[in-house]
Amino acid sequence: MAEQAPSNDQEIIRLEDARKIYQMGTEQVKALAGVTVSFKKGGFSAIMGPSGSGKSTMMNILGCLDRLTSGSYYLAGQDVSRLDDDSLSEFRLRYLGFIFQSFNLIPQLTVQRNIELPLYYLGWDARDSENKARELADQVGLGDRLGHRPTELSGGQMQRVAIARALANDPQVIFADEPTGNLDSATGEQILELLVKLNELGKTIIIVTHEPIIAERTQSRLHMLDGLIDRIEGNSNETN
Amino acid sequence: MRQTRIARNIWLGIENLLLHKLRSFLTMLGVVFGVGSVVAMLSVGEGASKEALEQIRKLGSNNIIISSMKSAEEEAASTQHSHRAMSIYGLTYEDYRRVASSFKDIQRAAPVKLTRKDSRLRERALELRIVGTTPEWSELVPRDIVAGRVLLQADLDKQAPVTVLTEFGARKILATESTIGQTVRLGGDQFEVVGIVKSESGQAGNIQIPDQDVDAYIPIEVARRYFGDIFTKRTSSGDEREKVELHQMIVQVDDPKKVEAVAAGIERMLEQFHKKKDYVVSVPLALLKQAEAMKRRFNIVLGSIAGISLLVGGIGIMNIMLASVTERTREIGIRRAIGAKRRQIVYQFLIETVVLSTMGGLIGLGVGGLIPLLITYFSGMITMMTLKGILVPLLISMTIGILFGLYPAVHAAKVDPIVALRHE
Repeated sequence: MAEQAPSNDQEIIRLEDARKIYQMGTEQVKALAGVTVSFKKGGFSAIMGPSGSGKSTMMNILGCLDRLTSGSYYLAGQDVSRLDDDSLSEFRLRYLGFIFQSFNLIPQLTVQRNIELPLYYLGWDARDSENKARELADQVGLGDRLGHRPTELSGGQMQRVAIARALANDPQVIFADEPTGNLDSATGEQILELLVKLNELGKTIIIVTHEPIIAERTQSRLHMLDGLIDRIEGNSNETN
Repeated sequence: MRQTRIARNIWLGIENLLLHKLRSFLTMLGVVFGVGSVVAMLSVGEGASKEALEQIRKLGSNNIIISSMKSAEEEAASTQHSHRAMSIYGLTYEDYRRVASSFKDIQRAAPVKLTRKDSRLRERALELRIVGTTPEWSELVPRDIVAGRVLLQADLDKQAPVTVLTEFGARKILATESTIGQTVRLGGDQFEVVGIVKSESGQAGNIQIPDQDVDAYIPIEVARRYFGDIFTKRTSSGDEREKVELHQMIVQVDDPKKVEAVAAGIERMLEQFHKKKDYVVSVPLALLKQAEAMKRRFNIVLGSIAGISLLVGGIGIMNIMLASVTERTREIGIRRAIGAKRRQIVYQFLIETVVLSTMGGLIGLGVGGLIPLLITYFSGMITMMTLKGILVPLLISMTIGILFGLYPAVHAAKVDPIVALRHE
């Protein structure tokens, strides 16, 4: 279903001349204007840039939530740029995890159910899901909150639940979109610690942020401007 | 595995609906009343057809009942002039012989001669309807024998002054006296009670059921000899005298398919020998068909009303589900981002709608089951719940869930996850 990526197995993500063009009335907006970049497996990278720089579009494309207008996207060695909606869903389900600024937990579901959500779509049975949810909740330090609803938790706790959920399908890449944006600095620090720890355990993490203090903790920083890569710091990415 | 998954999905749907109990309940109401009215309609319809069948059975489904009736002109004449003229009308002994012997499809026939007389046993008295007839009566109008026997051919041959009473009459007159063999006075003559039978009474359509609670059956020859053919009726304008030989003939046809043809034949035959139409031929089977046609019309009317309320209920559900989809846009976005496919979102919302409408259907079944009970209690109309009457409305309510849930569900699946995740 997908071609082999023309590159080494050290990289998990590779964009080639990626363009995303929106039609806004009569004007064309180039959210991505031909980006070529790759991310290393097991890396911890930040995508930075002012609003309108294309970093959200980049995130949506990398997260298989949106499709390129032209160019190629190789994820885990497979070309995903021509996949249909169902196949993209399948990719998200099997390979990706998401952490959002506003946590995006489903309010009417308990912590356990929220964590189990990816497993539900993977078709796990109830008992296995419950065990996995318990294990993940322990991992993020919320083993005693499984029966609570998100509204009964603090912001930091909610983000921990979101991280546990993002881990449930054992993803290849975790995308974090401003994960500390809605948290106070102390809590934000704890969440960041958690992400660093996950990276140390081998997860590839890509974080979108505009806070330099957070970006400093990553191995590489990709600065975007006007739909193009402005500069790259660190060693986790390469462009040609 | 597959079954537990479906059960789990249904349970998730129920959980979601329980989060908004009042809203879910109000949403359901339309379906509740729709299904309720379908259930009520079906049970009233079933009851009506059962009642009709029951009445036809009492009349005898293969029977033709020919009754004497004062012709229209005669009726008008007797009310205008209140002179003491005697009107002569109705069926004759000759008619009976002709009808009974001319049609090969007639299995048996019984003549009926009626008169009302006071009956007495010591100080107890009761006005009875004296039915002069033949042993065929008990086969044409089969009723359980409580004690003794029915009329026999021997009674007719001997012209014996014997009578068979109904259970009702026997209780009133004989009371605690030993029953069989007791002598009672009917009018001015003594009769020996040889049997007691049960009785039915009432009306089926516009035909009087042949027997009544106050009947006393005696051999027809005895009735003719003791009471004659001339009857005096007391009316407000003075006594009215009538000469009627036979009040009724009951005829049984061997095949239900031939009943109507034979009835028409009898009608034509009587036409030839009667100048005026002083008789009525009624066919219980025709009544049954009429009842069925009535029931169909009734069902169509009620069915359309129930259909409209179901439609309204369905639209109500669709409306709320659409609102719910908008409200839960963010949830849909989250699910899609995690990896739910479009059809899984469709499935989720469809299950919720079907659960909602089916629960409405179940409650409607309860409400609808109650209505026929109330109808029966207040109007005495027979109602009946059948398995069909339960399954059909339930199936309808599930279908409504699918039909009206599909659009909101598809609408939900079209939500763009990127937009949805930004939705506040």
